[in-house]
Amino acid sequence: MSGSAAETNYLNHQKGWKSWLITLDHKRIGLLYLASTLVFFLMGGVFALILRTELWSPNKIFLTADKYNQAFTYHGTIMVFMVILPLIPSALGNILLPMQLGTKDVAFPRLNLLSYYVYMLGAILALLTLFFSGLDTGWTFYTPYSIRTGTSTILVLAGAFVMGFAAILTALNFIVTVHKLRAPGLTWGRLPLFIWCLYATNIIQMLATPVIALTLFLLAMERVLGIGIFDAALGGDPVLFQHFFWFYSHPAVYIMILPAMGIINEVIPVFSRKNMFGYWGMAVAVFGIAIVSFVVWGHHMFTSGQSTTANFIFSLLTMFVAVPTGIKVFGWVATMYKGSITFETPMLYALSFLFVFLVGGLTGMFLATLATDVHLADTYFVVAHFHYTMVGGAVMAFLAGLHYWFPKFSGKMYSELPAQIACLIVFIGFNVTFMPQFLMGARGLPRRYYDYPPEFTTLHQISTVGAYIIAIGVAMTFWVLIYAIFKGKKASSNPWNAITLEWQTTSPPYHENFEVEPVVTTGPYDFHLLEKGD
Amino acid sequence: MTNVETGKHQYAHHFKSAYHEFDSCKVGMWLFLLQEVLFFAPLFVGYAILRILYPDAFWEASHLLDWKLGALNTIVLITSSLTMALAVNASQRGLKDKSVIYLALTIILALVFLIVKYFEYTHKIHDGLLPASLYSYEGTIHPKTPLFFSIYFMMTGLHGFHILIGIGVLIWIMLRAKRGDFGTDYYTPVEMTGLYWHFVDLVWIYLFPLLYLIR
Ligand SMILES: [Cu+2]
Repeated sequence: MSGSAAETNYLNHQKGWKSWLITLDHKRIGLLYLASTLVFFLMGGVFALILRTELWSPNKIFLTADKYNQAFTYHGTIMVFMVILPLIPSALGNILLPMQLGTKDVAFPRLNLLSYYVYMLGAILALLTLFFSGLDTGWTFYTPYSIRTGTSTILVLAGAFVMGFAAILTALNFIVTVHKLRAPGLTWGRLPLFIWCLYATNIIQMLATPVIALTLFLLAMERVLGIGIFDAALGGDPVLFQHFFWFYSHPAVYIMILPAMGIINEVIPVFSRKNMFGYWGMAVAVFGIAIVSFVVWGHHMFTSGQSTTANFIFSLLTMFVAVPTGIKVFGWVATMYKGSITFETPMLYALSFLFVFLVGGLTGMFLATLATDVHLADTYFVVAHFHYTMVGGAVMAFLAGLHYWFPKFSGKMYSELPAQIACLIVFIGFNVTFMPQFLMGARGLPRRYYDYPPEFTTLHQISTVGAYIIAIGVAMTFWVLIYAIFKGKKASSNPWNAITLEWQTTSPPYHENFEVEPVVTTGPYDFHLLEKGD
Repeated sequence: MTNVETGKHQYAHHFKSAYHEFDSCKVGMWLFLLQEVLFFAPLFVGYAILRILYPDAFWEASHLLDWKLGALNTIVLITSSLTMALAVNASQRGLKDKSVIYLALTIILALVFLIVKYFEYTHKIHDGLLPASLYSYEGTIHPKTPLFFSIYFMMTGLHGFHILIGIGVLIWIMLRAKRGDFGTDYYTPVEMTGLYWHFVDLVWIYLFPLLYLIR
């Protein structure tokens, strides 16, 4: 209902906590996701700090080897399944997708709410293990160890299975929404690139998640019935588990990074005041990445004993990922070229993303190369590489998007300078944490041990200091945003002078998003068509 | 939620027409079935790999399954697909009683399938033809034969679970049909259930020869 006064919005048109728990409004569901994922993000972060603290010196400080195994398993499982996978698609995606499409809601609002509860159920199942015998398999659940270990593996498998179901339902919902509910005039060629990226992400979620779901189910059955399919002792094949696992988990990397790229695609043109360079190239590159992502999983298994031919083919195919990724990076840089760049917080995060993602991507080439990977596999080099893409890529982009859309969904402006400082702290802390890990990995230090040879002490200590710097930056970011929610200035409907549809309604938006259904007549980044004097 | 009146069914506020809503649901359902295909996929891949590795074991194990019961169940399910299609057709034409009867027939056939499956399972369990670690049947020679029964129970079990879910949904749809929820302008749930049911039948069409007919 678009009320008569501008004060009616989706945040206050219904009141009471019950109206939140049974809401069908995509923006409210998005906020529920946002709050939940951020809480889990802090939990995963605490586990990271525990790990980094233990690694301050060789030998035991306060964690036994077993407890250390549990801590990194929880850090990985929470961060991957509960935080980064749903962070951008389910939280920001839910809030923004219908608004950017100019529609009132996602195609199936009830299914959307159901997805949220299914996700929470899965998260709770996974966390319940904390109260039983914990987890120590690593987030990868490799057999045969995951079949034999005495920890609460079945519970976490059930949790990941259920969360996968939530991701599938959300993806299905979004795909139908993009196909069926675009505003008049919003042709495929006028879609914001964030939508393109979400769409490609959703396709990966739809096609890859069911595979991991069944694989985890079979692994649970290994423990319950001893079916032996993944168990060499019963005639099965543990490497088959790795194939199934990575058939999902490699594309899952793109479930994390494609929406991140989508955010960067929105932020860079807006803060450069320039049309996106090569719109179609940028859109097609996303699908290039999505398609290639399905045929490269074997690069995680170069040392698993798969055939040399398979290694060679997977290595070669992995190199192809660099092509569409290169197109993306080139497009962003070319968009900024000769633009009128301003350095508000979202743009600062976007620039951090560019740098960090480039490092993450290029070190990926070392790992994709067969000969070097045999040396680097399972060392800190791998840890540093995927943190540069997942944390440096996905989380930095998420923070860019969070600041960019914060005025829209909260209706308040955050204070620019503290947010910029926080961004700088996160960026410095991030590099201080993970740069040394490249060095340690290159010297052959294996990952996942609580102990290490004393000559690595200095590098490990630098890394630990970096982790605490990140924690300070994140805490400051949270403080800036929470302060803004209560004390911030009221945001105008379009503080960044952006063109995409979500900015063409009030901040915060109405319950049904727009007062009248918008009609689209220009592309999403046609800043040259705006009146002079912006 | 504001809904727009059109006869008995109200379509949701973000759709432009009843057809718009129906069309969107249909796309959603096809996507759901697509992910179902991939959900079953690891089992089919696992089957293929193990069969290529141990063809003799699969040959030996397949002879321990009763192909006549499998064939009976195949006929039962194909017939249920027919009654389901007739139920969808009846609701599209607004024939309430016919639609209820065909839905009831579909449910009965699904139950027959599960009963046959139950007898097959109890027989296998009694003989000790069980997943690898529980296998205790003495009459087989090839050491990898127990793996076939792991695959067999996982595949048919997962399929049976889908049948079970299908029965639940069919009962719910039948009660709604009886209540008069559907008519010529609104039969989305019946049609969606039909798509699901045909998919579940189709999976069995693959399972039957792959498991029972290795000769
Ligand atoms: Cu990979």
